[in-house]
Amino acid sequence: MSLRDVVITGVGAVTPLGVGARTLHERWTAGNSGIRDGEAPCADFDPTDHMSAKQARRADRSTQLAIAAGTEALEDAGWTDGPPYDAELIGCVLGTGIGGISTLESNHDQLRDTGPGSVSPLAIPLMMSNAGSAALSLQHGLRGPVFSVVSACAAGTHAIGTALRMIQHGEAEAMVTGAAEAPLTPLSRACFERMGAISPTGVSRPFDNRRDGFVMGEGAGVLVLESGDAARARGARILGTVRGYGSTGDAHHITAPHSEGRGGARAMQVALGDAGVDPGEIDYVNAHGTSTQLNDRAETRALKTVFGVRAGQIPVSSTKSAIGHLLGAAGAVEAVATCLALRDRVAPPTIGWEEAEEGLDLDYVAGSSRPLVMSNGRSPVALSNSFGFGGHNASLCLEAA
Amino acid sequence: MTTTITPQDVEATVIENLVAFGADESAVVRDATLESIDVDSLDLVELTQVVEETYSIDLDGADFKNIKTVGDIVDLVVARVQG
Repeated sequence: MSLRDVVITGVGAVTPLGVGARTLHERWTAGNSGIRDGEAPCADFDPTDHMSAKQARRADRSTQLAIAAGTEALEDAGWTDGPPYDAELIGCVLGTGIGGISTLESNHDQLRDTGPGSVSPLAIPLMMSNAGSAALSLQHGLRGPVFSVVSACAAGTHAIGTALRMIQHGEAEAMVTGAAEAPLTPLSRACFERMGAISPTGVSRPFDNRRDGFVMGEGAGVLVLESGDAARARGARILGTVRGYGSTGDAHHITAPHSEGRGGARAMQVALGDAGVDPGEIDYVNAHGTSTQLNDRAETRALKTVFGVRAGQIPVSSTKSAIGHLLGAAGAVEAVATCLALRDRVAPPTIGWEEAEEGLDLDYVAGSSRPLVMSNGRSPVALSNSFGFGGHNASLCLEAA
Repeated sequence: MTTTITPQDVEATVIENLVAFGADESAVVRDATLESIDVDSLDLVELTQVVEETYSIDLDGADFKNIKTVGDIVDLVVARVQG
């Protein structure tokens, strides 16, 4: 059975660099950072700019971010007069790492301070991890496969991969997919700090010798994927193609990656095999690159396993150098960033990378962004990696239109 | 000190909260049906929480069985407060 090709027709994002996918792309490419005081909030985001008061009240911040990114992605896809296909053939798969944790925390405060009668009747629909996909389905009338996936910091990439399969196999004609996370709360801050994952210096410098943990951020990224034939038939503007997807489990440790990046390497190899792309054809890698000691070392080793002697010639950069770690939303926002970077034939920088560590000797695109010079008019092809606590690894192979 | 709760007080509380839940202020009048101002069961549970707290009354799901308009809610709360 030959699988259908799947194209990206719209992207949307709300990130610490501002509202909008192009804002993310342009500001990261220009070397701007959205990190302030050791965290990366979406400071410009006002939910009432993007939804009714009622919709905002019925959404945790993570879902509000998803709604805003989703609206942008659908408009970007030209779905302004409603979805262009039978609503039963359009689904929504979103990812999240935690779900509505600020709702959980505020309701727990109410329970403790004033008893069970003061807990909000909206608490469950706001905090459930599937709230994001449910909200986009409701808002846009999407009646195909609708659910959310949860795999810590790999959730966004798993969501997109799952949506890809839905279209490839004909279960859907189009999918709205991506992820959202709003983890800047006292509890999640304390939890990640206690486990030593967060940078005590408040600096995100992936792959740099001085890296000391990640900077926590919030945001959402949403993509509209469509069957290539259907998108071309309706004359859609095509941003790129999702060529392939791979996902693996480490079966090694609950939080630490395998030291050689074994599972991560295999996720990339599976994605390449799925795409029918030779490792030699990869022009750019959007790394998971968290700025933690273990991830960046393991991911570098994984890249060397996959690309061999050519590993050092491929530009590898981390969006987290500009916006911190968006946890479950990271993979979705990074897929959006990768899609637009490929479209503009540019490798954005790993901001702040200055000091090499022994063995971490790839081309991390230090300093400033760099053009991707293509021979023979070929479209650039990239991998976008995500790895999550639990040993979840996922990789997407994307190609510019 | 005992203060008298008037039907006008209750109506003001009900309207103020329905507007806070996202209903259109100009449409929230006594005769408006809940359906017409997009007030659903989740809004009613939230509103119940507020009026129970504000007026020290207890309401349950069965009380809302025949509620169709904003005025019905006001009348229910007023009857309970006075009862």
